[in-house]
Amino acid sequence: MTVGTASMLRRVAPFAGLALVILVFAVLTGAPAQYLSMPNLRIVLAQTVIVAVGAVGMTMIIVSGGIDLSVGSTIALTSVATALALHRAWPPVIAILAAIALGGLVGMANGLVITTLRVVPFIATLGMLGVARGVAKWLAGEMTVAAPETWINELAVTFPSRAWLVVAPGVWIALILAVLASLGLQRTVFGRHVFAIGSNETAARACGIAVTRMKIAIYGLAGCAFGLAGVMQMSRLRQGDPTVAAGAELDIIAAVVIGGGSLSGGQGSILGAMIGALIMAFLRNGCQQVGWPNYIQEIIIGAIIVIAVALESRARARG
Amino acid sequence: MAMTALSLRGIRKRFGVTVALDGVDLDIAAGEVLAIVGENGAGKSTLLNVIARALEADEGEVTLGAAGVAYIRQELSLFPHLTVAENVLMGREPARFGVIDRRAMTARARALLDEFGRPEIDPNETVGRLSPASRQVVEICRALAADARVILMDEPTSSLERADVVRLFNSIRKLCARGIAVAYVSHFLEEIREIATRAVVLRDGRSVWTGRLEAIPDEALIRHMIGRPVETVFTAAEPRTPGDVVLAVASIANATFEVRGGEILGIAGLVGSGRTELLRAVFGLDAAGHGELTVRGERLEARRLSAFASIRRGLGYLSEDRRVEGLFPHLSIRENLAMTRLDRRDIGRWVERLRIKAADVEDPVGTLSGGNQQKVLLARLLHQGASILLLDEPTRGIDVGTKAEIYDLIRALAREGKAIVMVSSYLPELFGVCDRLAVMNRGRLSAARPIEAWTPDSVLEAAIGGRAAA
Repeated sequence: MTVGTASMLRRVAPFAGLALVILVFAVLTGAPAQYLSMPNLRIVLAQTVIVAVGAVGMTMIIVSGGIDLSVGSTIALTSVATALALHRAWPPVIAILAAIALGGLVGMANGLVITTLRVVPFIATLGMLGVARGVAKWLAGEMTVAAPETWINELAVTFPSRAWLVVAPGVWIALILAVLASLGLQRTVFGRHVFAIGSNETAARACGIAVTRMKIAIYGLAGCAFGLAGVMQMSRLRQGDPTVAAGAELDIIAAVVIGGGSLSGGQGSILGAMIGALIMAFLRNGCQQVGWPNYIQEIIIGAIIVIAVALESRARARG
Repeated sequence: MAMTALSLRGIRKRFGVTVALDGVDLDIAAGEVLAIVGENGAGKSTLLNVIARALEADEGEVTLGAAGVAYIRQELSLFPHLTVAENVLMGREPARFGVIDRRAMTARARALLDEFGRPEIDPNETVGRLSPASRQVVEICRALAADARVILMDEPTSSLERADVVRLFNSIRKLCARGIAVAYVSHFLEEIREIATRAVVLRDGRSVWTGRLEAIPDEALIRHMIGRPVETVFTAAEPRTPGDVVLAVASIANATFEVRGGEILGIAGLVGSGRTELLRAVFGLDAAGHGELTVRGERLEARRLSAFASIRRGLGYLSEDRRVEGLFPHLSIRENLAMTRLDRRDIGRWVERLRIKAADVEDPVGTLSGGNQQKVLLARLLHQGASILLLDEPTRGIDVGTKAEIYDLIRALAREGKAIVMVSSYLPELFGVCDRLAVMNRGRLSAARPIEAWTPDSVLEAAIGGRAAA
């Protein structure tokens, strides 16, 4: 019974953390009604979209025991690609699909380097961090790429023009993606094999799981999510910017880890990662509302990452 | 005899200079438990790996009857983060269009567990939370789900309580009733007699005896395991006169012993019996709960020890795992030698004295052979001026010639007045080198007695015995 309680506690810990952050800032701002008002929630959610979509892909990778440092560069590359496609008058749907496919290709390249060249994920994706960023600048001619006005720009707006949507379409897209990915990880053979590889790769091989193919697929699928995050990035800025999202990988990894993901693999959930992304967004927003400078936000977020992981490893040590 | 499930003929396997398997023949019939016994290093694990196809034999023939082999080795093949059902059916999940049918999966796992008489194990429990005994059941159920006809078990009872051993044996009997063949490796003779009908004895990579267990008494079985006459391997030792007690250990890790200067104390016992843990606790590498250590009259509490302080007190520790805990493979011989005492001059004398074969002391130590690497690590202890040497398996993975050199060195060091504690799994070297011997059995060290008071049989009995009573 105690074991059950402990695991329950671990499962609700991210929610409790989120509730705590919201509560603390509702008090600190001195205007809880304002902080929790619909307009402010819309702002927070719109700010969360890019990290949330990225965290969906990153959760898969981290659960499988890997890591991807090239996310920020991939987002920049695919945002530039979306803008270029629109600039050439491609239909918006095709531009989006192209960006997602490009992200997928970048991810598969990571997976191939990791499996066939046997480069550890940290280094393989560190290399890709440079390569993708460079390619983005090259494609963009080292400038921002203006994108003609399309409905893509509507995806990440804070206040959607169609009021019945309530929040930005991007928020809904992120939500749908998260639900699908969560079901995929929990309910499908593919998803359970992702966990199996992260839990014990040698045993996974012994059980006949095609680990190499699986890893290429995992990084490829995650890359597709990063491509979609790039589309959201383009939508937010209304242009393709090859220098954007530098360091985004750290926010995204932090979201997964705060949500219970373990860098040694086998552990993590999409729901947790979404909560992690929201915790960081509410923190940022709260600090702004209270009027604290940027550096305070950075210190607090840094501390929260460490505290979350320390609590998690203590819980694990106790069984 | 019933249908043969597995048959091996003339299996040979080498790793570099070491011959792990040197001609093994065995047959297992369907529905039979065959025990595989032998000293540490006789080649049992290599043999199982060859049968499981994790290793390929250099020579010889493996003939499997109908079907698949499952290798059950303590938790190594489990997914601790996943559920029992997922572990049991990994790679063969019931699914439709890639979506797992949870209900069917739970039901199949449930059915296997029920059949096994372990219905209390919840198929939806996370495997990492199960007891060691239950984890083994999960592994067995996976083998059944995979329809394995031959199941290999390597020391399956070493982490089990007696009640769980009984349950495991009931499980094994059920497997046999279904016609599944079991190859069972263990050190515990009573257990082997309980579960197996026939045994194969491995010695130095050869199958030296095969037969029915009821036909052979323990003593004869042990004689087959030890084999060669012990005396012939070693030259007679020159007489030494032990000096004062320099190291006294009082109930650290359930062990109490003394060593005098100029004396070699051997510690025998099975792998995993706690010998390494004892040496590490005495040296201060791992925290010991209680106990006391006296080094040349200085009394020390065991829980305050640290490796740093031990080195300053003149203790030296040689790890059983030189690659992980000994060498810095990319650094030079000189740097490796001077790691514990940062005086890099005069390294050449150790290279000369220990006859380390190297082109240049500036070469990376990783380029040397295993034997020469071990000599570098011994030289490190001498260079740091250690006078109390704790040596864990000092000749592991070393060719015969270098082994003899290391024995000579150890005896020469004792003549110089150094005190030596030597853990070894190789009985002939303990008998050939040590003055006194103590035996570790499941975490308890026997009293040390003069080497003449022991026989190989009595050592093995002290190492294995007492389990049934426990």
